[in-house]
Amino acid sequence: MTGNRPVLTMTGISKTFPGVRALHDVDFRLFPGEVHALMGENGAGKSTLIKVLTGVYGTDAGVITLDGEQVSFSGPMQAAAAGVSTVYQEVNLCTNLSVAENVFIGREPRRLGAVRWGEMRRRARDLLARLDLDLDVSAPLGTYSLAVQQMVAIARAIDVQARVLILDEPTSSLDAGEVAQLFRIMRQLRDEGIAILFVTHFLDQVYGIADRITVLRNGTLVGEYRTEELPQFSLVEKMIGQELDVLERLDEQQKRATVDTADEAPLVDADGLGRRGAVAPFSLRIHAGEVVGLAGLLGSGRTEVARLIFGADRADHGQVRLDAGRAPVRNPIQAIGQGVGFCSENRRAEGIVPELTVRENMILAMQAARGWLRPIPRRRQDELVRRYVEALSIRPANPELPVRNLSGGNQQKVLLARWLITEPRLLILDEPTRGIDVGAKAEIQKLVVQLSDGGMAVLFISAELEEVLRLSHRVAVMRDREMVAQLDNDDTLDADRVMRTIASGTTRKEVTR
Amino acid sequence: MSSTSLTTGRSWRPSLPRRHVPVLATLALLLVMYGIGVSQYRAFSNIQVVFNVFIDNGFLLVVAVGMTFVILTGGIDLSVGSVVAMTAMVSASLLRDGLPAALVLVIALLIGPTLGFLMGCAIHFFEIQPFIVTLAGMFFARGMCTFISDSSISITDGFWTSMSQQRIGDPAGNFVSISVLIAFAVVLIAAYVLAYTRFGRNVYAVGGNAQSALLMGLPVARTRIAVYTISGLCSAIGGILLSFYTLSGAPLIAVGMELDVIAAVVIGGTVLTGGSGYVFGTVLGVLVLGVIQTLITFDGSLNSWWTKIVIGGLLFAFILLQRLIGIRFK
Amino acid sequence: MTAVAARLRPLTGHRLFWPALVLVVMLAANTVYRPGFLAVEVKNGHLYGTPIDILRLSAPLILVALGMTLVIATGGIDLSVGSLCAISGAIACLHISGAADQNSPATVATALALAFGAALVLGAWNGVLVAVMGFEPIIATLILMVAGRGIAQLVTEGQIITINSGPYRAIGLGHFLTLPLAILIALAAALLVAAFTRRTALGLIVESVGGNAEASRLAGIRSRRIVFLVYVISAACAALAGFMVTANVSSADGNAAGLWIELDAILAVVIGGTSLAGGRFSLGGTVLGALIIQTLTTTVYAMNISPQTSLLFKAVVVIAVCLVQAPAFRARLRRRRRGTEPGPAAPQREKEQVPA
Repeated sequence: MTGNRPVLTMTGISKTFPGVRALHDVDFRLFPGEVHALMGENGAGKSTLIKVLTGVYGTDAGVITLDGEQVSFSGPMQAAAAGVSTVYQEVNLCTNLSVAENVFIGREPRRLGAVRWGEMRRRARDLLARLDLDLDVSAPLGTYSLAVQQMVAIARAIDVQARVLILDEPTSSLDAGEVAQLFRIMRQLRDEGIAILFVTHFLDQVYGIADRITVLRNGTLVGEYRTEELPQFSLVEKMIGQELDVLERLDEQQKRATVDTADEAPLVDADGLGRRGAVAPFSLRIHAGEVVGLAGLLGSGRTEVARLIFGADRADHGQVRLDAGRAPVRNPIQAIGQGVGFCSENRRAEGIVPELTVRENMILAMQAARGWLRPIPRRRQDELVRRYVEALSIRPANPELPVRNLSGGNQQKVLLARWLITEPRLLILDEPTRGIDVGAKAEIQKLVVQLSDGGMAVLFISAELEEVLRLSHRVAVMRDREMVAQLDNDDTLDADRVMRTIASGTTRKEVTR
Repeated sequence: MSSTSLTTGRSWRPSLPRRHVPVLATLALLLVMYGIGVSQYRAFSNIQVVFNVFIDNGFLLVVAVGMTFVILTGGIDLSVGSVVAMTAMVSASLLRDGLPAALVLVIALLIGPTLGFLMGCAIHFFEIQPFIVTLAGMFFARGMCTFISDSSISITDGFWTSMSQQRIGDPAGNFVSISVLIAFAVVLIAAYVLAYTRFGRNVYAVGGNAQSALLMGLPVARTRIAVYTISGLCSAIGGILLSFYTLSGAPLIAVGMELDVIAAVVIGGTVLTGGSGYVFGTVLGVLVLGVIQTLITFDGSLNSWWTKIVIGGLLFAFILLQRLIGIRFK
Repeated sequence: MTAVAARLRPLTGHRLFWPALVLVVMLAANTVYRPGFLAVEVKNGHLYGTPIDILRLSAPLILVALGMTLVIATGGIDLSVGSLCAISGAIACLHISGAADQNSPATVATALALAFGAALVLGAWNGVLVAVMGFEPIIATLILMVAGRGIAQLVTEGQIITINSGPYRAIGLGHFLTLPLAILIALAAALLVAAFTRRTALGLIVESVGGNAEASRLAGIRSRRIVFLVYVISAACAALAGFMVTANVSSADGNAAGLWIELDAILAVVIGGTSLAGGRFSLGGTVLGALIIQTLTTTVYAMNISPQTSLLFKAVVVIAVCLVQAPAFRARLRRRRRGTEPGPAAPQREKEQVPA
């Protein structure tokens, strides 16, 4: 395998978007007959690298060669024609068409302009048989599971004589059996000499199938490793990449005194809460005045936990209650009614209403709870808004500006204000500091401490371990859509131990969801 | 886990494919209505009744075929009724001015597709909702009608009158008009195009998931513009057929026809969100509308407005049916 | 030059600037063409003149467009308003025509209450289909658009019901304080809807649901109730317009009453600056939009062109307004202008177009 020439090389790739350096001098190579995992956290540059490779983006610098010849694709279609096919996370096929058509549409076998249906079905059956799939090729694709659709997408990709197959998070919504099926096909294609570039967030899957791992972080190359030579812990460390000086600085920080909660009844009691395809059942208790941090890699199920506790997604397992005895929370309205606030990680799609003003965005949750017939008097609105604009130093301090005109950090503060106005007892913050400037970040961190000192319970989610450790009393660790540990944030807990827990998991169960 | 348990265990393959349920429901409805007609009124069993349904609705059928293309891509075309009227008006006025019939036919058949092409371009390139663009097209075409003439223009041209009066029938005296044959030809061509050409399959793909279609390298822009052009062409043909039928062009004819056409397509089992449906279903949908009208005419005690109420009810029933069987694959 | 532009920016940036400018230009053009166009005179203590006529004739459209504004702000559309006009007008006229004393205020009041109630029920039907059953608004209201015409004809039994009722006629043609009653009713309705939306939190919540449905759900808004409510309001507005349309001619015609008013109303809303994708709405803009449409119709009429031909102009207006609003068109325009001057930052549209 290693004796061969690489089928694909990318050398010195750089790509800058306005204000963001997405890739800087990244090298990547892919050998025939290998499964090569591309790993990295949010903003590492994985998807940018794939898009540069397939010609969605041009490069600012760097050279791509395929079979030793320099190439530059104009787009995914041309890349596919040259033998570089991509299968995306969300299946990009037409579920209303038959399986056979999905494999061949755009290049159907024809005679005198007429589609030869029989020939097309026969060839689809042959191709799928090569992947060991026995499907009714004339049935609509939508009647099959996502896993099968994913494999049909692979069949379509390899039918064009693909030599390089890019699988961009193909497993994110598959269950264990389906993943096994997919892996069997991947191994078979690898043995046929196809080079597979595999992007996933599941550590178990990387170690289950990848021959080689390339790690990116913040748009730069961390390194290329043979899987068996890279322990899981090292991989996590390389992905999260705590800078040494940051770690030292952290050690100087005073640990937050752990709240003594043994005799108190918990404020929040999530009991066996879970949802198929999102997160395995977990139990979590949060006390008043306590900050619980959720640590884990991207895609490990952090957001899913938050959404289940808030009732944003319907749990199909277990329940969550506030104040033992009251009715369980099933939807956001009930959650808000019992004093829960939720800042989504997806600020644009699930947080702000861009056209509305800062003031309107701030009072939205409170107004919703009061109902439309009882408007908040304008004077009260102005007073609340002024207080929070000041307290959170929102800039520009003009509450009548549409919120879309504010920077990301200030939009985040507006969302925080929206929930603080409702005076919640539990505040769920999903990546509140992502993509905002350092000053705003420090302010939000300070706020979390103040709030919990004032008796509010906080569930704090962040990709940055340093932040989680600094703020939390307790850290719940997520790995592969499972809550694997809940650790007290005492003197023995440091980033190293959290990473070890992420890497190994306290349990080494098969991924079950 | 073996592949067989994975693939067959998780798929649901009933003996009756779900996507055929709406068409079969329409067929059943049609047969029931015909059965009611035959059992209630003796004259209903006369085969000429069926032929008359086709004669009276030939132009509607052609227009509905064009609309089927548009709705299959997930769009909608509100301009069809006005384009039908405009085509008839243009033909009538050009014939009155003494142009030869062949030239008039060519001109009349070019106007509709041109308008459709322009609307398709606006929809695709400027991403304006089809509803609004074709609404503007509807205003434009209807405005053109009165711009040409405020009152109806009768047609005396020899070709037109012969097309109008020609009867093709069997010795028993049952007959159809030439328009019916033209409508059948349009249906057959459309059915072939949708089932057996790349363009036809692209129409389904775009309606199923335009984003995916783009990523699969299909010519989404061309397909989308083409369906509105086809709808314009079908409306033009429909306008010609209507002028054969009435031997005139009237500025206010076919007002509200777009609603009948949309209803026929939906009752025929085509899903309004696109991606699923057949021309054959549209034929059934048009027949359902025609038979309702015939039944109400035969009854005598029921009035014409019941047609609209029944169509509205059927529309509701079929949209509900589509929802219940979850035919929206998206 | 640029200094003037800079000073004018707050003005040109106002959302009502463009519709107001269009209206002024149209009135000015008319005055040039026909100097007496803007003349208003007092006859028998009532105001008369073309501007007054425009106001009076635009009243039904304003009413329908007010309800439509709220529906569109939630990201929906209501195609059934024309049919609702016909039904409510028909029911009211039917009741009056059957009464012994058609001039009795009690009779007229009962008629109005009956018709209004029926319209509310039909609006609730639309609301249930959209908010509870989850039908796409365009499809859900299409049902009543088709069937409603039939229902209206069913009520009138296919006849044109002619009535002779002073109080009812007054709704369309009466005067009050020298002004036509119709325009006062429309104005009152506009103020009522404005108060209803801006004095309560309804307007905010409607804009929030239309602006970002998922964020609204996560903020705890019960969007179903709100969506249901706007369809009922739309039906109520349509019913009022139906009374006015039928009162204008003292007869109810199930076929013709309110024909195409849904299209004009949608057009008025869009001209007024409310996006078809939902979100921010402007009742003032809608009123201006309705006045523009009526002025256009009156202009065409005054130029001795057939009223139907005004549709040609409407087509041009629709396309122009939609092009100006379309993000894709703006982007193209901006690309072409780049290099010469950056131009005032056009408000970025954050939402994708909703598929129709």
